[in-house]
Amino acid sequence: MNDILVIDDESQIRKLLEITLESNGYKVIQTNNSNQGLFAAANHQPDLVILDLGLPDESGHATLKKLREWYNKPVLILSAQSSEKDIVQSLDNGANDYLVKPFRTNELLARIRTALRNNHAEENNPIIKFGVFEIDLSGRTVKINNELIKLTVTQYSLLALFAKNEGKVLTYEYLLKEIWGEEYIGQLQYLRVFVAQLRKKIEAETKSAPSIVTESSIGYRFVIGKL
Amino acid sequence: MLRLNNQLVNLFLRKKPEIKTQYLLSISAICIVSGICFLLSSYIGAEVVAFILLVALSVIAMFFEIMPVLLAATLSALIWDYFFLIPRFNFRVGNTEDKIMLSMYFIIAIINGALTFKIREIEKIAREKEEKEQALKLYNDLLNSLSHELRTPIATIVGSTDNLLANNSAITENNKKDLLSEISKASLRLNQQVENLLNTSRLESGFIQAKKEWCDINEIISSAVLRLGEELKNFDTKIHYKEILPLFKIDYILIEQVIYNLMQNATKYAPVESCIEISAYDVEAGLQIIVEDDGKGFPENETEKVFEKFYRLKNSLVGGTGLGLSIAKGFVEAHQGKIYLQNKIPHGAKFTINIPADKYYNP
Repeated sequence: MNDILVIDDESQIRKLLEITLESNGYKVIQTNNSNQGLFAAANHQPDLVILDLGLPDESGHATLKKLREWYNKPVLILSAQSSEKDIVQSLDNGANDYLVKPFRTNELLARIRTALRNNHAEENNPIIKFGVFEIDLSGRTVKINNELIKLTVTQYSLLALFAKNEGKVLTYEYLLKEIWGEEYIGQLQYLRVFVAQLRKKIEAETKSAPSIVTESSIGYRFVIGKL
Repeated sequence: MLRLNNQLVNLFLRKKPEIKTQYLLSISAICIVSGICFLLSSYIGAEVVAFILLVALSVIAMFFEIMPVLLAATLSALIWDYFFLIPRFNFRVGNTEDKIMLSMYFIIAIINGALTFKIREIEKIAREKEEKEQALKLYNDLLNSLSHELRTPIATIVGSTDNLLANNSAITENNKKDLLSEISKASLRLNQQVENLLNTSRLESGFIQAKKEWCDINEIISSAVLRLGEELKNFDTKIHYKEILPLFKIDYILIEQVIYNLMQNATKYAPVESCIEISAYDVEAGLQIIVEDDGKGFPENETEKVFEKFYRLKNSLVGGTGLGLSIAKGFVEAHQGKIYLQNKIPHGAKFTINIPADKYYNP
């Protein structure tokens, strides 16, 4: 059973999270401000933290920074302000994912599962397989329906990065830095072109899954199965 | 000179120039008109000059404040006396008739100026009153539309939850499910209205600025279609992706919302099974997006009005605040773009969006 720490000052949201998470087999620790939250995180060592950005004693951004000084398990951001700036900032500060209020509970649960899985899956298995889609990280090959898909080096690197972070949002900045290098941050056009090419190759072949979903103004998310 | 030019343009637009400029302009106008009359003084008599100066004065009175007008009136009376009234080139006035004429000129000039000024003041008050009334009407429309659009889903939520909480055992499992799904629908509707209101107030306050970045328009369209999801299921949606479109430098979120609003509008007003089409084109000035349906279209004389805030079709059966299209227009205009609506032949509505944008052709 995974322990989840909730840091949110709204009692209604806490109640909702408690019921939703407990009925899905998680153990919930509730706190309603930054100080209590950080204290509980140190005390309980939870497997995942759900952090609201608008806290009464200090901003969620500050809380996240303090938390990330020593805590390396997943942090999921809840935000009422849907401003992309806030979201990108929290992702840059080490949050694993975000949800904007109001959120659907099935989406919340999917994000939690993804975050917990990615955290455990630092394993060495070189083959990632999702249904008909298969990527071999050691052989640098991609197969769909057991047929090799021809990809350029950059296309492959991008797809491999997506596959390794399945279900997680990756910011434009991160993707550009990882694939093209530091000096390409801001050159969004490269990323757009390559994502369009990849989409054409993998989505046409597989019809449904996996797909590269755009998170408006923030980044991309590689998603398996139905949305 | 340039400054003077600007002032003249302002005059033309009925914006009042600064008071100093008003003085300067009225004095120069009187001097120029007097100068022309002086050149022609061998052909026209002093009485005609008086009339010409009165005309000039009336024109000045139409545009300027009362003080520059009074100054122009006094100046023109003096000029007329000195340069035109016989004996010329002094302020002496010959006979009684001329004395009466000079006094009459002065009185007419003053009355003329004062009257025009007064008319303008009245006009101004009337205009302000009209503006105030319009604002009030808009506010009332807003309240009516809002109270209905917000209260309906709230009533649904309050009623359904009351039911579920009170006579829990009396309600069948099926009915419970129905109530819950009504609560869910109502909450989503409420959320959308709040989004619309937030967007409208952001537009009103001038807070919306297009954050332009390189965008794949096909990606934007599929994102809007994905977000509409269920709402499109009763329609024949045709998305004409173009393979060879360049990237455009536009605001992803704003343009996605524009497409979303236009398509949602079509789902609300076009009959079920109608065809909703969307296509994007690379045009000289930038990007063109067309969203069309083969529904009933709009009343021909209202194709401009649909973009006004709180505009609703008369006898409209579906819910809505009348904000969707006005938000779409606002977001397009944040890109210095244009949006317009045409009715199709034989029937249907066609929204065309033209957005000036930089392009990036995939090398």
